[in-house]
Amino acid sequence: MSAPTLQVRGLHKSFGGVTAVHDVSFEAYLGQVVAIIGPNGAGKTTLFNMISGVFPPDDGEIWLNGHRLDRLPQHTIATLGVARTFQNMQLFSNMTVLENVMMGRYRHEQTSFIEAALGLTNREESQTQAVAMQHLERVSLAKKADLPASSLPLGEQRLLELARALAVEPRLLLLDEPTAGLNAVDAVRLAATIGRIQANNVTVLLVEHDMSMVMSVADWVVVLNYGEKLAEGRPEKIQTDPHVIEAYLGQENGQGNANGSWY
Amino acid sequence: MTDFRYRLPDRYWALGLLVLLLVLLPVFGCSPYLLTIMIFIGLYTIITIGLCLLMGYAGQISLGQAAFYGLGAYTSAIVTTKYSFSSWLGLPLSMALTGGVAFVIARPIFRLKGNYLAMATLGLGYIFYIMFSQVADLTGGPSGLTGVPYLSIAGWAFDRDIEYYYLVWAIAAMVLLASLHIINSRVGRALRAIHASEVAARSMGVDIDRLKAQIFVISAMYAGLAGSLYAHYVTFVSPSPFGFHFSVMLVVMAAVGGLATVWGAPFGVAVVVLLTEALRAVAPRFTGHGSAEYEIIAFGILLMLVMIYIPQGVVQGLSGIYLRRLKRRPIAARMDSRNLVMLPVLRRWFKLRG
Amino acid sequence: MGVLQASSGLYTQLEISDNFKAGGAVVAFQDQLLQYVVTGLTTGAIYALLGVGFVAIYNVTGIINFAQGETAMLGALLMVSLNGHMGLPLALAFALTVVIVAAIGATLHRLAIRPARNASTVALIIITIGASIAIRGIALVAWGTNSYSLPAFTGGRPLHLWTAVVLPQSLWVLGTAFVSVTGLYLFFRHTMLGKAVRACAVNRLAARLMGVNHDQMGTLSFALGAALGAVAGAVIAPLTYATYDMGAMLGLKGFVAAILGGLASAPGAVAGGLLLGVLEATGAGLISSGAKNAIAFAILLIILFFRPGGLFATRRDASGGL
Repeated sequence: MSAPTLQVRGLHKSFGGVTAVHDVSFEAYLGQVVAIIGPNGAGKTTLFNMISGVFPPDDGEIWLNGHRLDRLPQHTIATLGVARTFQNMQLFSNMTVLENVMMGRYRHEQTSFIEAALGLTNREESQTQAVAMQHLERVSLAKKADLPASSLPLGEQRLLELARALAVEPRLLLLDEPTAGLNAVDAVRLAATIGRIQANNVTVLLVEHDMSMVMSVADWVVVLNYGEKLAEGRPEKIQTDPHVIEAYLGQENGQGNANGSWY
Repeated sequence: MTDFRYRLPDRYWALGLLVLLLVLLPVFGCSPYLLTIMIFIGLYTIITIGLCLLMGYAGQISLGQAAFYGLGAYTSAIVTTKYSFSSWLGLPLSMALTGGVAFVIARPIFRLKGNYLAMATLGLGYIFYIMFSQVADLTGGPSGLTGVPYLSIAGWAFDRDIEYYYLVWAIAAMVLLASLHIINSRVGRALRAIHASEVAARSMGVDIDRLKAQIFVISAMYAGLAGSLYAHYVTFVSPSPFGFHFSVMLVVMAAVGGLATVWGAPFGVAVVVLLTEALRAVAPRFTGHGSAEYEIIAFGILLMLVMIYIPQGVVQGLSGIYLRRLKRRPIAARMDSRNLVMLPVLRRWFKLRG
Repeated sequence: MGVLQASSGLYTQLEISDNFKAGGAVVAFQDQLLQYVVTGLTTGAIYALLGVGFVAIYNVTGIINFAQGETAMLGALLMVSLNGHMGLPLALAFALTVVIVAAIGATLHRLAIRPARNASTVALIIITIGASIAIRGIALVAWGTNSYSLPAFTGGRPLHLWTAVVLPQSLWVLGTAFVSVTGLYLFFRHTMLGKAVRACAVNRLAARLMGVNHDQMGTLSFALGAALGAVAGAVIAPLTYATYDMGAMLGLKGFVAAILGGLASAPGAVAGGLLLGVLEATGAGLISSGAKNAIAFAILLIILFFRPGGLFATRRDASGGL
């Protein structure tokens, strides 16, 4: 096995007196889809926030392809090739669908402030537009390119957020509950899109409650509980791991509420 | 939107139209009084464009922009009177100084947000105002400095109003063009992204603090440039125009025109200034005494009405009406100025594609 | 350019300390200090009242009311008109002044704030600035640019407190401020209406679910803030000249008082106001009276940059109401 793309070692984070993440370590390799699962409050989004740089860990290290990520500011981490979607969806509602995806190309664009002021930006704009359209076509949203982003239905908004993150051409893609609030049809569509990403040599970290999606899409699963890593392994193994099952008493395979989630 | 061939964007047509109108105005005859007003509209437009960029695009607020205006004016005045520099040097020096000051205070001040930022800019603006009146050796104290020379560039002295009119508006047009370019580039996109979601913008690689600082510096430089031009026009500077009152007036002009569009600047300034003058002409007929008080009341009320009912400003309000009623197209919340009212009409006249 | 260069007079004429300086004789520092403290507490009480008004309005509506200073201006000028010019008895004039200005505050909320429900912070700031401009203009029409004086509430000679001179009116200021703040405290703690207002401030949604009408609470908070401002203006009028543009600096200093206390706490605003008053008076005495306003601004900037949560905050909070 070659060196891991992402290495998380001994991460700690507390807020006030509450420990959100305690001594979490794992690795992800190129092209893998790693699912992070666990009940609400297990620290999954906190983990994402630390990896993407929203706040630094109290202790521990995060390495991406030999670059140390922890304690770097968010925008620097982004330029190193990390992209993410957000649990509460952070689309740019004051832009069109196309402009949202074009925003994802930001780190690939070169125009400086001065060049922008002088108007020397047309070629780059056309290029950015073209690439953004390609990404939209991949999620079948090309026809809606000029509509305001906020006018899309929820399922398509999540696809848009995904397309925007993909336009970054990241090495590491963090997806924070991409199917939350989606109906079954949209969830399947999104899962299929995520499955197609694997072909692009991107490492995907996925926080999800929808177990059927995790099973179909993930190569590796890391289970968090109360901020600690409970178990990790291949999805089939995790599904039958007695510790994991014990943590979620009474939850049988395929039962529970519509999303197959833990609670 | 799949046609990526280069076509001359709307904004150039709009700018061209504006320039044409401005060039023609004196030709078709206007009184010296109107000319003076137009010069001031030009000066204030330059400052207000910067304010629109700062408030509408970068989402910040400044209640102290008059301080940069004053700083630019005083810099020009001081170097040309006390140190006998040539007058045209005043312009770049003013911009350098105001830009430098803005650069220094940008990072600390933008850690504040909303009301606190407003108060901090107010406080800083006031401190500059105090400096203008108190550092008397340098600034001439409350009575200011006189004898600022007319602007002369390469031997040509701008000592007539008509010449200054063209100069100021040429500069204003360039400032407008540069700002439009900025908005329609990745920088402008990043600014709008910041407005919508800072965390998402950061996750795309936008260095928000740096960008806000850059916009603040630009807006300060615009104000400094305008101040410099002002000093060489009225040939004296004193502290009184550079106080809180004028800072508020600038915000009024920006808000009335429309914060989220730089086209709001010339329109907003024109509306406010012309309204002032109109009130001044009309009011004495209704009241026995002068009209300054009524202007003040009218301003306050106008400001409130605009921000309550047309918070996006006059320019976008009008173009929104045009597009909604006449064209029946859906409008995105706070889209930028692509859809200027006149342009589709113009394009049809000239039978251009696009 | 008329109004564009119109009076930006931001200076109050609060020159109490000049009234007190022992003419000519050299006075020991600690004696001077007591005088500064006395003077400072008087002006500080005014700032405290305005600051509490800011806090009340901010906590219920989330808005910083840039027109707050104008309520003090109206309070002062109305007292001058009702008591001084029209000769109404003191108590009646005072009561009328407070009621009228409170009504103006409530109207401001109904007409200007409520319709702008979803406005951004910037828009709301501009709206209240517009209101302050309009109110100032109306005052200009009604009272002109003159400065008016009002006789003190009670006559009598200045009192002596060790080495300091205390004008009777100062006692009125302090007394009225104390009564107002205490009354407000009792109102908030012990009446249903007061508790409803507090509920709104703490958790809007929960309050609404309990049947509290948030809009009405907002109007009430504006009325209360305006009333406090009017009280401040009315009691300070005999000590300073009342003029149409006295509101700007008063409002600003009231804001400084409020943020010294962290914007979330009325007692903090009171403490902040008193502190500001004393610092200002001391600075004016030690440096120059022109330095007065500069001190207030310096404090403002220091707090905003280093302790935006106020003097008593335990963590930095620079969100400024967003």
